[in-house]
Amino acid sequence: MKYLRKNDLIVLALSLVLFAVLQGLISGRVLSSFWQLNLLIIGINIILSASLNLINGYTGQFSLGHAGFMAVGAYVGVVLTTNFHVPFGLALIAGGIAAGCLGFLVGIPTLRLRGDYLAIATLGLGEIIRIVIMNIQYVGGAAGFKGIPHNTTFAWVFFIMLFTLFFIKNFVNSNHGRACLAIRENEIAAESMGVNTTKYKVMAFTIGAAFAGVAGGLFAHCFYIISPSSFTFMQTFNYLIMVVMGGLGSITGSIAGAFVVTFISAALASWPEFRMIIYAIALILLMFYRPQGLFGYMELTNMGIFRRIFKKGGTPHE
Amino acid sequence: MSDMNEILQAENVSEVFGGLKAVSDFNLRLERGELVGLIGPNGAGKTTVFNMLTGVYQPTSGNISFEGESIVGLKPYQVTQRGIARTFQNIRLFSELTVLENVKIAFHYHVKYGLLESVLRIGRYFQEEEAIEEESRKLLKIFHLEDKADEVAKNLPYGAQRRLEIARALAAKPKLLLLDEPAAGMNPQETKELMDMIRWIRHEFGLTILLIEHDMSLVMGICERIYVLEYGEVIAQGTPEEIKSNPEVIRAYLGGE
Amino acid sequence: MEVLHQVLQQLINGISLGSIYALIALGYTMIYGIIKLINFAHGDIYMVGAYIGFFAITQVHLPIVPSLLISLVVTGALGMLVERLAYKPLRHAPRISVLITAIGVSFFLEYTTMYFVSPTPRTFPAMFGDVAVTIDSLGGIVINGQQMLILGITAVLMVILTYIVQRTKTGKAMRAASFDTETAELMGINSDRIISITFGIGSALAAVAGVLVGIYYNSIDPLMGIMPGLKAFVAAVLGGIGILPGAVVGGLILGVVEAFVSGFISSTFRDAAAFAILILVLLVRPTGIFGKNTKEKV
Repeated sequence: MKYLRKNDLIVLALSLVLFAVLQGLISGRVLSSFWQLNLLIIGINIILSASLNLINGYTGQFSLGHAGFMAVGAYVGVVLTTNFHVPFGLALIAGGIAAGCLGFLVGIPTLRLRGDYLAIATLGLGEIIRIVIMNIQYVGGAAGFKGIPHNTTFAWVFFIMLFTLFFIKNFVNSNHGRACLAIRENEIAAESMGVNTTKYKVMAFTIGAAFAGVAGGLFAHCFYIISPSSFTFMQTFNYLIMVVMGGLGSITGSIAGAFVVTFISAALASWPEFRMIIYAIALILLMFYRPQGLFGYMELTNMGIFRRIFKKGGTPHE
Repeated sequence: MSDMNEILQAENVSEVFGGLKAVSDFNLRLERGELVGLIGPNGAGKTTVFNMLTGVYQPTSGNISFEGESIVGLKPYQVTQRGIARTFQNIRLFSELTVLENVKIAFHYHVKYGLLESVLRIGRYFQEEEAIEEESRKLLKIFHLEDKADEVAKNLPYGAQRRLEIARALAAKPKLLLLDEPAAGMNPQETKELMDMIRWIRHEFGLTILLIEHDMSLVMGICERIYVLEYGEVIAQGTPEEIKSNPEVIRAYLGGE
Repeated sequence: MEVLHQVLQQLINGISLGSIYALIALGYTMIYGIIKLINFAHGDIYMVGAYIGFFAITQVHLPIVPSLLISLVVTGALGMLVERLAYKPLRHAPRISVLITAIGVSFFLEYTTMYFVSPTPRTFPAMFGDVAVTIDSLGGIVINGQQMLILGITAVLMVILTYIVQRTKTGKAMRAASFDTETAELMGINSDRIISITFGIGSALAAVAGVLVGIYYNSIDPLMGIMPGLKAFVAAVLGGIGILPGAVVGGLILGVVEAFVSGFISSTFRDAAAFAILILVLLVRPTGIFGKNTKEKV
């Protein structure tokens, strides 16, 4: 058990080194503004894919409503900072709480559904959220919300991302997270082992939605204007691709997936059709040859070369 | 009505599926510490009885009380929290998780630390996790699974999977254990070991055990009382000796339309 | 009187739109019935059908009926090809894997089409624009030529489909396989062949819907299939997934509801209405209007 704390410290130290390097590249203007923005987007996408993974990968509840929760966080955030001059951090938290509350409210009835029915119902919910926002004139309707302060910096993104990853990792390796894994593996058996399956499905869904809301706030403050069209279910599919590529049930996978997909998107920005065709073929081939994703249920910290650095404490999801 | 010795009572319990009576007017009374068998031909309604006792199905009529309180209407997880755990006829392990994790999950209800303690790893987190780990390994040892702790459950041989199901059920710390065909698919040697194990855990954990089994040598060998079910009705009950010589039972098992 | 007129007119519009949903929903429901897959790519099959019809009419200068037939055959074949290449290898994979594959196929069809025909919408030539029937006894509601075409062709296809499913050997095999694939196989039914035919028929119906929509709205684009595809799924769920008459009734109800929402509330809420219906149905009666309840065996 002591190893766990040691592993956390190693990861934290490595992360700080990474942060220093990247921040140096930004401050030293080595990266163009295009790639600086993409660095922010990669971080935000890691939050989104990891939180979607908590719902879809670890708890096995196939949700396609993530963009909707992201939208709620984004709009609550920008209204608070732009119209009420609330400090950025508070606005992000408020956005996260709003998205979490909504996730909780819609999760209770919809999480009774299974598999593909849940998928399509959450997709519908996400779209309803978007359409409702589109009809609120106070936030600019379909035209979008303008005049957002440019508050999102690399430091905000990086440390919130780090917090999210630690939160989800620790959650998954706790009694609560085990309950979620049990639901994914066999719902009837989980219930028979004393797990209140509804409670934990809703819990995972709420936590996932809340982080999506925070990520939405970070995303919105990267731009001057946001509009409901940034939060369609196509956006959810984007995060789904990241999660599936990386591995349903692997945090390392979510990070890798978010990085690869965002990087490819940026690199192929001028050829949008190609980008989507590549995703499509990658998804299909992945399902044929490696349906568990690149990392499966594995984490970097318990793979071959890293075993020596990260001694195992008996928890494979660490 | 209920005395101290009684742990479970089912009174006139029936289960109807779309007009079809799967179980009718089923009565059962278990005393603390008993080891009772439930036998009957295929399709007699044995697993349906288990599903009603554990809240997976709600009985159409009748009452089930556990430790003097009705458990009808409770969800399966609530029944488990009251102190009834079970295994499944068609094994339902958490197949992609490790053997150790399978057992750890069943401690679920007995872990007290909250959400905040788990994500920040403060308070009771490490202390309780260490305790669970230790207890889980102890259980695995009883069922000769200790050296398979880190293996993925689906890769275990069949007999080991059945034993893991029992270990997992015990981790929920039940007072009453329901075993659904624990010896299915085991060879005679494994069955023999399983019998010893069942006897041993009953004393060690102070359990009451109700088991469904087709293997007569096991049932007759370890059960103190036996209920015989046919077409959803109890046709006989008594000690193994009484059951063996009961003409109704012989008719049900040896045919004769 | 004015309100009544409005209501009747929206009803006509709704039934026309609903017929389109019904045609797409039939394919959804047939495919779900037999392999339990929400074929996310079904809406894109419909889009491809619309493009094939468009090129037959504008480039090859064929009349409407031959164009419809060409689109029907080619798109039907495309549906079978997709099934063969993308879904058949995953016959025994977890359902979520197949669902993700279907999303992949959907992207593939959308963006390959976009690559070849460009993302700009194409304008369908105006057809039957001058034909219109005004029913004075009902306060002068108008049924235009395109609506008559949609209703007529939908009715014909329904009759043909009913005949195939109820009377032919293949249709009986389809129903058997949809009821219980394993048992059907034991009875000597080649389930691979039946699944392939189901995809063929479903895709052909979607293709016709695509061409009809092109004629109705005058405009097609590579992403046009996404929303109608999702809504047709809603229609299938509403009617009871796997049940053919259910898909038709579900499609018609959805079309009418949408017409009323856009006519009397606001057209921006049109899509929300469909999804609200979906969620309501799933929560209140997940088996749909015509569905039967089943209990999971433990």
